[in-house]
Amino acid sequence: MPLSEELKARITAEFPKYPERRAVLLTALHFIQEECGGWVSPDVVPELAELLGILPIDVEEVVSFYPMYHPDRVGRFHVQVCTNIACCIRGARGVVRRLEEQLDVLSGEVTEDGLFSIGEVECLGSCGTAPVLMVNNERFVENVSADDVPGLVERLRARAAGGGANGSNGAGGGR
Amino acid sequence: MAFEGYLLPPSGKDWSKIADYKANGGYEGAEKALRSMKPADVVAEVKNSGLRGRGGAGFGAGMKWSFLPQDVQRPRYIACNADESEPGTYKDRQILERNPHQLIEGLLIAAWANTIDAAYVYMRGEYRGPFENLNAAVAEARAAGYLGRNVLGSGLDFDVFVHRGAGAYICGEETGLMESLEGRKGQPRKRPPFPAIAGLWKRPTVINNVETMSHVPHVIRKGADWFKTIGTEKSTGSTIFGVSGQVVRPGAFELPFGTPLREIIFEHAGGLRPGRTLKAVIPGGVSMPVLDAETAMQVNMDHDSLQKVGSLLGTGAVVVFDDTSCMVRAAIIISRFFRHESCGQCTQCREGTGWLHKLMLQVEAGTARKSDLDVVDEITRQMEGKTICALSDAAAWGSGWFLRRFRPEFEAHIDRGGCPHAGTSFEV
Ligand SMILES: Cc1cc2nc3c(=O)[nH]c(=O)nc-3n(C[C@H](O)[C@H](O)[C@H](O)COP(=O)(O)O)c2cc1C
Ligand code: SF4
Ligand code: FES
Repeated sequence: MPLSEELKARITAEFPKYPERRAVLLTALHFIQEECGGWVSPDVVPELAELLGILPIDVEEVVSFYPMYHPDRVGRFHVQVCTNIACCIRGARGVVRRLEEQLDVLSGEVTEDGLFSIGEVECLGSCGTAPVLMVNNERFVENVSADDVPGLVERLRARAAGGGANGSNGAGGGR
Repeated sequence: MAFEGYLLPPSGKDWSKIADYKANGGYEGAEKALRSMKPADVVAEVKNSGLRGRGGAGFGAGMKWSFLPQDVQRPRYIACNADESEPGTYKDRQILERNPHQLIEGLLIAAWANTIDAAYVYMRGEYRGPFENLNAAVAEARAAGYLGRNVLGSGLDFDVFVHRGAGAYICGEETGLMESLEGRKGQPRKRPPFPAIAGLWKRPTVINNVETMSHVPHVIRKGADWFKTIGTEKSTGSTIFGVSGQVVRPGAFELPFGTPLREIIFEHAGGLRPGRTLKAVIPGGVSMPVLDAETAMQVNMDHDSLQKVGSLLGTGAVVVFDDTSCMVRAAIIISRFFRHESCGQCTQCREGTGWLHKLMLQVEAGTARKSDLDVVDEITRQMEGKTICALSDAAAWGSGWFLRRFRPEFEAHIDRGGCPHAGTSFEV
């Protein structure tokens, strides 16, 4: 799958900010995930590497190093719950459990229809409004409780049905 | 009179728009510095203010700036640390969301002081809202002539770029940050050379935290002498304490250094839930040694006071545990975190973090032996001061001190063959 001209233009527009093209790699991978289904398909790697003047392995090792990049498919809504200290103290484990029940998959898995996946992440920098979760790379949903989970899932399903774009804040809550 | 603070707008207000920021004294510090002060005088003023880094290590900001080569060869950079990933910490986000121009002004003054061409703000990738907010502010500042060519007629060409990370704690370590910004895995570099000599793209680089830079406009506008009237002798100014955990009103409070921890927990954060008692407090993010309740009730929140009681100020992130909490579970989460975030370059760190996490899981399950607990001191000694970066030390302190300060509770798990607080404690 080739990178679209539009995506390439977005990436090259970042070049002037840095003395070396390679510095655009992390930003480019964010763009790719936003526009190509939330993950980094191996198909895009050679072309991206060429655009940045580096080797495919340089891209691959970065993709595997950073938790925000997904070398495998995730759900259209990747629901990530912080399970670090402040969130666990205030019930994050219960939130994960309710998500697992509601979506009928385990943390780390994708639903059969490809709509949802559940992930656990480290501290999101929102400990004063714990527990916190993040859908894809959208604004956080803060002060979330297990009882909020069914409503959240409903809203996301409605967004999918309405064709809501991956990227806008339809998770509800959040600031 | 209650301390009002200067880093954040009054509660409920937002100074993200340049007009609001300027209506409250914004950019006056930059005007003063660029129009009437020599770069060396700015560095001297910051040095004299005693301003210490707010990113965790508390190093003198003016001192750090003075390490850049005096013989100026361009380009030179600022790397501003907005990675904010130390668990418990959410203070920089308050600035990024509600007062982004203050950071830009701080960067501009630092650029003038150190003859800098560009600043890169490395922001953790999860901070979507703060990223958009800071970018909007940068665009406003550019349009208003505070960034770009010949800023304020000073001859300085300077710009700010906001760079997104992708979720790895180690990218908050200053050289991991630089590797990451250059488009690589965030694996810390060996020092020397230090960033002041060879940082971003091997050029002289100033690295400071978001909050550190945000104090700078105030130091310049109101002067070092004013700054030193706030806080303590060796911890000058205010800082933003982020309180989380088992308190009634978690929140971020800007207060002078030296504020009693008891006041922060029981007045600002509303104290504990009815009927609960205090058990433990982490005073500076999970990298810093935990305090027992008695010590926490007596200590003041400044560098010296915390060091005297066997901890460190770190990021000023206060995590509160009441008597329902299991200390072993806390240690499980913290050791799991460091195991996950170790970049793997150094054997002591890679192996040590894994070992600590496994031990904590065994203690919780009641399958560890008491003799295993004795090995912790040996393991953590191996992890401290022997690695490329300080993550290994942090991992050793973070969970090691839970064991040392709450050993009877760890032993109780082993004696009972399981968790004595299973019915009340939070889950991991
Ligand atoms: C593992 C590790 C993680 C760190 N994470 C951060 C961080 O997220 N933000 C930060 O400002 N400093 C962080 N630091 C400290 C930086 O290395 C550096 O000291 C700091 O950015 C310097 O800025 P300051 O002097 O203004 O505090 C971290 C250090 C270590 C060892
Ligand atoms: S101490 Fe740990 S995190 Fe730091 S460089 Fe070594 S292995 Fe990486
Ligand atoms: S611990 Fe969950 S946001 Fe910090």
